[in-house]
Amino acid sequence: MEPSLASYLALSGILFTIGAVGVIVKRNAIGMFMCIELMLNAVNITFVGFSRFYNDSTGQLFVFMVMSVAAAEAAIGLGIIIAFFRNRVSVDVDDASLLKN
Amino acid sequence: MVSILFFLFAGLAIACSILMVYHKNPLYSAISLIGVFIALACIYVLLAAPFIAAVQVLVYAGAIMVLVIFVIMLLNLEEDKQLTRLRYLYLVGVFLGLALLVQTFFIYHAVIKTPNQKAEQEATAGLTLNIGRAMFTEYLLPVEIAGVLLLMAIVGAMILSRRGEQVKIEEFKRRED
Repeated sequence: MEPSLASYLALSGILFTIGAVGVIVKRNAIGMFMCIELMLNAVNITFVGFSRFYNDSTGQLFVFMVMSVAAAEAAIGLGIIIAFFRNRVSVDVDDASLLKN
Repeated sequence: MVSILFFLFAGLAIACSILMVYHKNPLYSAISLIGVFIALACIYVLLAAPFIAAVQVLVYAGAIMVLVIFVIMLLNLEEDKQLTRLRYLYLVGVFLGLALLVQTFFIYHAVIKTPNQKAEQEATAGLTLNIGRAMFTEYLLPVEIAGVLLLMAIVGAMILSRRGEQVKIEEFKRRED
């Protein structure tokens, strides 16, 4: 027996929940970044699942788009984290609460 | 058979993601995240999407995670500190998690009741041929925009991570004179 579309959507929802809670709970900028990647991946499962069950390539194409956005986000986000670390010697987001300097 | 594999990889993905959030050390979190990505690549194979599975391993588990682990080791990060200010965020996190889980349960129930959710036996959507054809005919503009976005990301990352360039240029000019 094949798993139904609902089980893929449930997996996606559970992973998204874990990622969202992680973004709230983590104080480390890199940890938050990884949780955001997890949320993007959770959405990708939904895309691929619908693409499989409706037999349409569009969903998988948009997964490709999400991946390129995630790659751009990784480059820019880690650049920002390094620039922030250089100024504050910390990657704690609580230290990024000032709009000065 | 497919069901057993699905539950195996889904369990692996969920367990690894919980470990990722739980670990205080960012390096352990990163390694757990690689486990999530590999498990998801296996699930894409189960969904008859070999191209996406390959790209998942190459881009996510390869490129992005290498970058993340590089930065973690470069900055020599220690363990995550306990929440000192904003302690109420734990409460917010619990409520958000509960709300999202309830929504997931609701969607699961709504979808499982709808008829016509059987996958067709012949899955042609995941073939690289079909994806490539769609990519370069129907969706050419989004693909081009994604290319421009990646170029912007390259330039932005270079601008963000340079340092003391002004001084270097002046030094260079002095040396030239």
